[in-house]
Amino acid sequence: MVIEHVNGEKKGKVMLYALSTCGWCAKTKGLLRELGVDFDYMYVDLLEGQEQDNAMNEVEKWNPNGSFPTLVIRDKKSIIGFREEEIREALK
Amino acid sequence: MNPAVVDETEIDRLFKTLKNEAGNGGYFLNPDVDFTKNLVRGLLKNEHRYGYSACPCRLASGKKEEDLDIICPCIYRDPDLNDFGACYCALYVSEAVAKGKKITGPVPERRPPRSGRIKKSAIHILSTAPLNSLPLPVWRCTVCGYLCAREQPPEICPVCKAKKERFERFI
Ligand code: SF4
Repeated sequence: MVIEHVNGEKKGKVMLYALSTCGWCAKTKGLLRELGVDFDYMYVDLLEGQEQDNAMNEVEKWNPNGSFPTLVIRDKKSIIGFREEEIREALK
Repeated sequence: MNPAVVDETEIDRLFKTLKNEAGNGGYFLNPDVDFTKNLVRGLLKNEHRYGYSACPCRLASGKKEEDLDIICPCIYRDPDLNDFGACYCALYVSEAVAKGKKITGPVPERRPPRSGRIKKSAIHILSTAPLNSLPLPVWRCTVCGYLCAREQPPEICPVCKAKKERFERFI
């Protein structure tokens, strides 16, 4: 598994970088499901070696801290952490 | 055993232990039990797959010596409780938050990014520091700040139960 897809209403590309163990990541994913948008997600902790490094490089492009969850919307904007209002606003 | 599967009795057991330890040490677990148990599940998953209970909300390297700062409770817990009323994961919250008098928002990441991390353990670095005129070295628990003057740090911090490897030479 690398990227998982969740079907929903298309609002442009929505990519969630997450950890399978993290509470705020779970909340963020739950919110995306609740909003019913089409999105992709990746559990970076489940990747290994080079694959994980590549994923981290990608995360750090959007979020130099490399923290989770990092949500990238339409390849333009990133929202770091479970910021519910900001996420709702960006996906209206 | 599949390390990804954590059974519920194990979660309940650790949850109870953490709750007791928190109570005894003046800490508070997040009162949202489902959220908290989910984090406990993450801690156990990390314990199984890495051999140490790395923070569930941070990416562990799999190398314990690089992750001593994020073994739960991490060394960032106390400052985050002070500044934001919750640890980074919100497993632990301040008294005001636990009692519903305050709410918390997202806690910014305090751990340095991959590129800025110190690789060696704190003990290793600090034990090479020059000796001074004190009769004994002073050791500091990086998790809770407990200080003691003795040849070696204790096996387990008497205050917060962190293991010996998480002490650093203070003086
Ligand atoms: S105390 Fe630190 S390691 Fe433990 S859950 Fe909270 S943020 Fe994670």
